[in-house]
Amino acid sequence: MEVVLEHVTKKFKNRDKKKDDIIAVNDFTFTIPDGKLIGLLGPSGCGKSTTLNLICGLLTVDSGKIYFGDNDVTYLAPEHRGVGLVFQNYALYPHMTVKENIIFPLGNLKGKDKLTKEEMNNKALEVAKLVQIEELMDRKPNELSGGQQQRVAIARALVKMPSVLLLDEPLSNLDARLRLKTREEIRRIQKKTGLTTIFVTHDQDEAMSICDHIIVMKDGLVMQIGRPQEVYDNPENLFVAKFLGNPPINTFKGYIKDEILYLGQDGVLDVKGLKDQEVYVGIRPEAFVLDESGRLKAKLIHEEVMGRDKSILFAHEGAESDTIRAIIPSDTVVSSKDGIVSFNLKHHKVFLFNVSDESRIYFGVDHGKQ
Amino acid sequence: MESNNKKAWLYLLPAIIFLGFFMIYPLIDVFVYSFEEGYNSASQSYFGIGLYNYEYILHDPYFIQALKNTFILVLITVPLSTIFSLLISLALSSISKLRELFQTIYFLPYVTNTLAVGLVFMILFKPTAYTDGFVNMLIGLFGINPVDFIDGPYWAKMLVLCIYTIWVVMPFKILILTSALASVNEDYYSAAKIDGTSKFRTFFKITLPMISPMIFYLVITGFIGAFKAYSDAVALFGTNLNAAEMNTIVGYIYDMLYGTAGGYPSYASAAAIVLFVIVLTITCINLIVSRKHVHY
Repeated sequence: MEVVLEHVTKKFKNRDKKKDDIIAVNDFTFTIPDGKLIGLLGPSGCGKSTTLNLICGLLTVDSGKIYFGDNDVTYLAPEHRGVGLVFQNYALYPHMTVKENIIFPLGNLKGKDKLTKEEMNNKALEVAKLVQIEELMDRKPNELSGGQQQRVAIARALVKMPSVLLLDEPLSNLDARLRLKTREEIRRIQKKTGLTTIFVTHDQDEAMSICDHIIVMKDGLVMQIGRPQEVYDNPENLFVAKFLGNPPINTFKGYIKDEILYLGQDGVLDVKGLKDQEVYVGIRPEAFVLDESGRLKAKLIHEEVMGRDKSILFAHEGAESDTIRAIIPSDTVVSSKDGIVSFNLKHHKVFLFNVSDESRIYFGVDHGKQ
Repeated sequence: MESNNKKAWLYLLPAIIFLGFFMIYPLIDVFVYSFEEGYNSASQSYFGIGLYNYEYILHDPYFIQALKNTFILVLITVPLSTIFSLLISLALSSISKLRELFQTIYFLPYVTNTLAVGLVFMILFKPTAYTDGFVNMLIGLFGINPVDFIDGPYWAKMLVLCIYTIWVVMPFKILILTSALASVNEDYYSAAKIDGTSKFRTFFKITLPMISPMIFYLVITGFIGAFKAYSDAVALFGTNLNAAEMNTIVGYIYDMLYGTAGGYPSYASAAAIVLFVIVLTITCINLIVSRKHVHY
């Protein structure tokens, strides 16, 4: 089911009554297409979980509208919205077996929807098979591993056949190896059920790897919405550029003079059509190309070879951080003169931002978006 | 290893000496007394060893009365006080305003002197030459004839004793249950809410199992406490409890030792052992039941 948020705003009273309310979600407007997996991505405290709670109905909006398909569900109680929610800590009832946990939501059905014991068992078995836990049905949650508990939680959320599945930081309680496996699993289950799925994460790797679309948030505001690769290739502001990418983007304070971008003393890139101004510059680690006659000169600190890639750490006067990281293929030979390396830049991996509001300044032909 | 062991014993020694002297020795001594027939504390002599002391108290109408009173008291006050405490705790945890005020009010009986409270209860319930008492005035509004709750019929006195006991034991239970309720993770309720679980089902299927260990603890300590009731009865009915038909087992033990007709440590010991066996049995039954119904 399509989920639409229109100008949704949620405020919380400040504990200190003299201070202003805290705006957790600020004028959200976006449409989540039917049957897609969406990642709500942002640093902690940016309003991701609040957004999720607004969609599932545990919280009520202060203003704005929420639609599921054509239905206005803004003030509908959670149980009538038809959502399944998987909690960060799974919230499995510790005193019930896996089977009882999964069946629990079905026991709430009343009237004509009421199911017999056998129907409940069949439904539970069906979802258990889907998430591959059918052999664990008689265990208690504390006898399960984190990954298994996660699956039980998903099964419990799915058993009532919700129209939207919500996952709150589903992977944060798992160890690194399991996290990789589980995110594939979530993708598989989502594909198989075709449910509109929204999941909250602060981990950009998770979001980038499995989501159809990501919504990047900061301080209750939507920063950018799009396909993960699009957002990575074309960040709309400095925050998004910094937030996505591992290793992170290198940021510089530079300036434009006579249509040339300067970092410190080095005029590194031609930027046609831009007027003279100070700018923030974001350069992806993969933007650097070793070239002895390159226009960016920097002091080499250190090289790291990691499998197929090689990192070069170097320092530059214009950079915001002490070290800059460039990633090049590991078979490249780094030649330096007196500890100075030279690079040319792939200009579609270089992003310029306004100093005033950190919004993107587009330049050149390859950056089609205006 | 060897020297470590010795050290451990050395560190335990102070506790062991005190426990042994003040707890274990008296316990064994009570057991021994209870089998010594005709023990005289002045001459420290006795006629023989046997079950006569037990035979005597089990035929003593005062002991039977005390046994009956104690059991009635336990069976009425433990379940009722636990249920009332649970209801009050639920109410307390569902309000946000004035919660602390109410918590304090409900906790007051716990820090108030038993005898002082007993006196207040007596004034509430006892008719005097000038007035029928506050409670009689209240029930009079419903057209019920005044009853002498303190010196009147048995059931009236038992009623007052039960109300009083429940009132006294509730604060502690409310305290424990309120914190137990607060410790249940909010996410369980959110999960239940999203699934459209009714309040009723949420309570019985989630809340109650989650706090069942605490309820169990309260029931066990409640049973033990109620079996040892004595001061409550004294506070209400004075020291001559046998005459008031309101004696309890502990009261009987006290009377046998120090009462006006006292001076019989053997009978008192036998009664104490009987009480011990009863409490032990009930606690064992509780444990067996709880193993089936108390979760994790």
